[in-house]
Amino acid sequence: MNSLNALPLLIAAVLAPLAQGVINRTKAIVAGRVGQPLIQPYRDMLKLIRKGAVYSETTSWIFQAGPVAGLAAVLCAGALVPLAALPALAEFRGDIVVIAYLLAAGRLFTILAALDTGSSFEGMGASREAAFSALAEPSLFLALAALARRAGTASLTPAIAAVSARTWTQAAPALCLVLGALLIVFLCENSRIPIDDPTTHLELTMIHEVMVLDHGGPDLAMIEYAGALKMWVLGAILVGVALPFHSGAVWIDTAIALAGIFALAIVVGLIESLMARLRLLRVPELLIAATILAALALVLVRR
Amino acid sequence: MTLLLLSLALFGAGAIGALLSAGRTGWPDRVGVAAAVAAGVVGIWPAVRAATGASTESLRLAWSIPFGSFFIELDPLSGFFLVPVFGVCALAAIYGFGYLRAYRGRSTAAAWFFFNLLAASMVVVIVARNAILFLMAWETMALSSLFLVTFDDENDEARAAGWTYLVASHIGTAFLIVLFILLGRGGGSLDFDRFDASSGAGLIFVMALVGFGTKAGFFPMHVWLPEAHPAAPSHASAVMSAVMIKTGIYGLLRVLTIVGAPEAWWGWVLCAVGLVSALAGVLLALAQRDLKRLLAYSSVENSGIIAIGLGLGLVGTASGNIAMAVAGFAGALLHVLNHSFFKSLLFFTAGSVAHAAHTRDIERLGGLIKRMPLTGGLFLAGSAAICALPPLNGFASEFLIYMAGFDGVTATAGGNVAIAFAAVALLALVGGLAVACFARAFGIAFLGHPRDSSLPAPHEPAPSMLVPAIVQASGCVLIGCLAWRVVEALGPVVRIASGLPAASVAPALASISGPLAFAGAAGMAAIVVAIVLALIRRWMLSGRRVRNAVTWDCGYAYPTARMQYTGSSFVQPLTTVFASLLRPRRELVEPEGFFPQRASFESDTPDPCREYVFEPVFRRAGRGLAALRPLQQGQVQLYVLYIAITLVLLLLWQLA
Amino acid sequence: MNAMNQAVDAILVMLALTGFMLLGSSRLTACIRAVGAQGILLGLLAIAAQDGELSATGIAMAITSAAVKGVVLPALLLRAMRQANTIREIEPLISYNLSILLGGLGLALSLWLGGQLQLPTQPASSLFVPAACFTIFVGLLIIVSRRKAITQVIGYLALENGVYAFATAVAVQMPALVELGILLDVFVGVFVMGIAIFHIGREFNHIDADRLASLTDQ
Repeated sequence: MNSLNALPLLIAAVLAPLAQGVINRTKAIVAGRVGQPLIQPYRDMLKLIRKGAVYSETTSWIFQAGPVAGLAAVLCAGALVPLAALPALAEFRGDIVVIAYLLAAGRLFTILAALDTGSSFEGMGASREAAFSALAEPSLFLALAALARRAGTASLTPAIAAVSARTWTQAAPALCLVLGALLIVFLCENSRIPIDDPTTHLELTMIHEVMVLDHGGPDLAMIEYAGALKMWVLGAILVGVALPFHSGAVWIDTAIALAGIFALAIVVGLIESLMARLRLLRVPELLIAATILAALALVLVRR
Repeated sequence: MTLLLLSLALFGAGAIGALLSAGRTGWPDRVGVAAAVAAGVVGIWPAVRAATGASTESLRLAWSIPFGSFFIELDPLSGFFLVPVFGVCALAAIYGFGYLRAYRGRSTAAAWFFFNLLAASMVVVIVARNAILFLMAWETMALSSLFLVTFDDENDEARAAGWTYLVASHIGTAFLIVLFILLGRGGGSLDFDRFDASSGAGLIFVMALVGFGTKAGFFPMHVWLPEAHPAAPSHASAVMSAVMIKTGIYGLLRVLTIVGAPEAWWGWVLCAVGLVSALAGVLLALAQRDLKRLLAYSSVENSGIIAIGLGLGLVGTASGNIAMAVAGFAGALLHVLNHSFFKSLLFFTAGSVAHAAHTRDIERLGGLIKRMPLTGGLFLAGSAAICALPPLNGFASEFLIYMAGFDGVTATAGGNVAIAFAAVALLALVGGLAVACFARAFGIAFLGHPRDSSLPAPHEPAPSMLVPAIVQASGCVLIGCLAWRVVEALGPVVRIASGLPAASVAPALASISGPLAFAGAAGMAAIVVAIVLALIRRWMLSGRRVRNAVTWDCGYAYPTARMQYTGSSFVQPLTTVFASLLRPRRELVEPEGFFPQRASFESDTPDPCREYVFEPVFRRAGRGLAALRPLQQGQVQLYVLYIAITLVLLLLWQLA
Repeated sequence: MNAMNQAVDAILVMLALTGFMLLGSSRLTACIRAVGAQGILLGLLAIAAQDGELSATGIAMAITSAAVKGVVLPALLLRAMRQANTIREIEPLISYNLSILLGGLGLALSLWLGGQLQLPTQPASSLFVPAACFTIFVGLLIIVSRRKAITQVIGYLALENGVYAFATAVAVQMPALVELGILLDVFVGVFVMGIAIFHIGREFNHIDADRLASLTDQ
C-alpha cells in the first residue's frame, strides 16, 4: 500500500461536489436555461458552514449525530472503493460486504435523526428510505457477486481490475446486465429520478430531501457533502465496470476515470431531465427488476 | 469437571433455597439471585477452558434406569455453548432481582425455583452424553420455562401462550424420541459414544432438524416463540431467547458430529430452512407493535441466519470446499455467541421500558430517550449490533457467513453456486429489512414525542436492571472489535462441529481472521472519523448562535403528538410489497356524510403460519378427537374399571 | 466464445427480459409490444442460430415470421383493444409482484430443466432450452392468471413463441412447410380470437373472462 492508493479518496473528497454541479448544469442546459456555475455546490456548502444552527426541542443527541455518522460512514466506505484503474486505499477479501454495511450504518443514523424530530414529514421520508434501500440491497450484492465470480475473488478492487477490454468481448451481455442493475441501485441510493426528485419541495413527493428538512447550518453542509461523496463512490464502481482501460500510467488512468465519472454525471442529468418520477407504488417494482437483472447476470457468469 | 458439578449444585441449592424461604418477603429473591450468580461465575471458567480446547473431561456413573447412565462430557463444543448459558443466566438473575420487585404482592419463590431449575437443566442438556439423561434434562428445561412463561398467570394471554408452548415443545420432543431410538438401534445402547448412524442417516438428519428446529425456532415450527417470549417476565424472556433457543442449535450440531460425513442435500435443506426463517422472521417482526413480540420474531430471524451459516458450512464440507465450510461453521458459531449478547441486551432494555412505561405497545410510547437516556443508548447499541453494523459483534458473524457465501459463489460449480448466491442475496435483503425493523422499534419508542399522555412519566430503572445491560453492551463492542481473536480461539469448536481434520481447519481459520481484522479496523476507523467530525462540528458552532425552536410544522397551528408517524405507517411501504406473504388484516370504517360521527381503521398481522397451517389442523384434530370425549365421565369407578380391564388383558396376552 | 454465440446469448437474455416485462406490466400496450418484440427476437434468433449456413429460404422464413409476429399481429391486437375500449388490465388473480416472483422461480426451474434434458442435437447455446421453457411458462402463467380476454390472447402468443424457440433449439432448420404451418396456425388463431373478442365486447360491453364465467347454467 503506497501513497498513490490514497489518490481515489483524495480525488473523491475534493471533486465530489463538482460532479453534483455537472448534473445541475446538464439539467439546466436541457431545460433551455444557462444554469448555475459548476462550482455552485462548493459555494452552497461554504455558506452553510458559516451559519449557526437551530435545533428543535423535540430532538435529542441523535439528531446531531445523524449527519456526522452519515459522513463518517461514506468516507470510510470510499476508502475501500477503487477509482477505475486506481486501486483503493485498502483492499481485503470481503470488503464488498464492509462497504455495503458501512453505508447501511450511515443510513440507519440518518433515518433515526429524521424520526427524532417527531414530525410526520420526516417520518414519511424515513419510512420510504428504509423500504427502498432494503429492496435495493439484494441487487447490489448480486451485481457485485457476479463481478466477484468473474474475477474469482471477493474483494472489490481486484474484481473491478479484472474487467478488461477482453472481458467485454467475452461476456458483454453479463456485463451489460450488471451495469443495468448497478445503475438502478445508483439512482435509488442517491435519490435521483425516477425514484426521487432532488429538486421538489413537496413533502408528499420527496424521500431524501424530506428526511433532512429540519437540519441547517454545518449539519446540512455535512449532509450535502456526504450525498455528493456517496454519489461519487457508487459512480466510481459503475465507471470501473464500464470503462475497462488500464494503461499503467497514473495520470492517464486518472484522466480516464474522471472523464468517466463526469460522463456518468451528464447521463444522470439527462435521465433526470427526460424522465418523470415514478409513482411511489411502482418503485419496488423497479427495484425488483434490478434484482432480476443482477440475477440474470449471475446466471450468465455461472456458465 | 468438579467446578461444573459445583455450579450445578449451586443452581440446585438456589432452587431449593428459594422454595424453602418462600414465607419471608425478599429472601427467595436474594437466595435465588445469589445462587445463580455464584453458579455462573463458578461455571464459566471451565466452560471457556473447554471451548478453547485445553482438554476433554468426562464422567460416567451408573444409573438404575434401563439404558440410562449419568454420562456427561465437557468437550469444546459443549464448553462453547455453556459460555452463554452461565453468562446470561447470571446477568438475567441480577436483572430479575430488580424487575420482579414490581410483583412484590405475589410470591416470587416459585419464579426463582424455576429459574434456577431452568439454568441447571440447560447445563445438563449441553453436557449430557446419554439419551435418557438428555431427554430428562430437555423435558425439565421445557417445563421450568413453561412455568416461568405462565408466571403472570392471571393474564389470559400468558396462559394461552403457555398452552401453545407446551404443545409445540412436546411435538418437538416426540421427534427427538424417535431420533434417539433410530440412533441407538444399531449399537444397542443409548450412550452417545455408542450411537450407530450408518443406516438411514438422511432420516436421522430430518428428525433432528424438526425436533431441534422446534426449539431453535425455525420456520414453520416457530409459532410458539412469539407467544411465549413476550408473556414471560423480561429476565426469563432474555434467558429463553438468548440461550434456550441455542440448545436446539447445539442438539443439531451434536447429531451432525455423531452422524459423520454429511450428504450434499442436508446443506441445501438447512440453508433453505434458514433463508425462509430469516425472511419470515424479519418480515413478521416489522409488523409487530408489541416490543417483546418484535424481539421474539427477531430471534426467529437470527436462528435462520445461524441455520444459513450451518447450511453453507455443510455444503462446503460435502463438496470439499474447506474455506467455505470453515467460514460457514465459524460464522454460525460466532453468531450463537453474539446473539446471546445482543438479544439479552435488547430484552433487558425492553423490559426496563415496559417496567417504566407500563406498556409494551410501541404505538403508545415515544420520546423515551430524554427521560431514560442510558436505557435508550443501550437499546440503540443492541439495535446496531443486531442489524450487523460495523464494528459491533453482529457484523463480524454475518461477515463470516457472507464469506462462506462468496466462497460458494466464486469457487464452486454446479448447484452449489445457486444456493450460495441465493444465500448472499437473501441475507442482504434480510439485513436491509432488519435495519428498517430496528429503526422503527427504536425510533417510534424512544424518539419524538410521547404518543399517549395517559401513561405515567417513565424514569430510569434501578441499577440492578441497568448493570447487566451495560455489561452485555460492552461485550458487544469488545467482541466486535476483537472478533478476529475470538475466531482464532474458536478453532477446536469449529473442528468438532465441521468434522474436518485440525490440519485443514487452522489455516482456513487464519485466512478468514485476517479479513475479519481488516473489517473490524474499517468499522473502528469509521468511529474515529465520526468523533473527529463531531469535534470539528463543535468547534465550528462554538462561536455562533445556536437556538432552540419547535420542529417545522408547515405553519399548522395545533400540532399534536399523535400527528407523528406511527409504527405501522413506518413499515407500510414494506408491508404493501410483501402483502401476499404477510396477509395483514385491515378493518376500515369509512367516514360517511358531511359530519362523520364515526370512522376507524385497524390493522393487524397475525402469524400466517399459525393462522393458515396450524390452527386449521388443530381445530380439525380437536373435532375428530372430541369423539373420544365420552370416555371421560369423571367418575372414579369407571376409571378403576378401565385399569382392571387393562390389567386382565395384559395378563391374557402374556399367557398366550 | 465467438461473436455468433455471443449474439445468440444476448438474444436469449432479451427474450427472458421480455418475458418478465409481460409478467410485470399492467398496461396492455406494453404487453402487446413485449410480445411483438418476442416475435422479432425469434426471427433474429433463427438467423443467428444457423451459424453460417444461411440459405435463402431460411432468411426469408425468418423475416416473414418476424414481420408477422412482430408487426402484423400486434397491430391486430391493438385494433381489437381499441375497439373493445380497454387500456389497462384490472388486478389479476395473482398480483404483479407475485407474478414476477413466480417468473423468477420458473426461470430457476427452466435452468435446471435445461441441464437435465438430453437433446439429439446440441443447441447453439446452453441458454436455449431454459429461455424457451421460461417463455412457455410465462405464456401459461399469463393465460391462467389474467382476467381480460385480450391478455389471454397475448399469453397464447407468448406460449407459441416459446414453443417456436424450443423448436429452433432442437432443429435449426425446419422444413419450410412446417414453418409455414406454424405461422398459419398462429395467424388464424389470433384472427379468430380477435373477431370473437370484438363480438363479445359488442354484445356484453366488457371482455372480462371472470364475468363470462357467469354464462354457465348454474
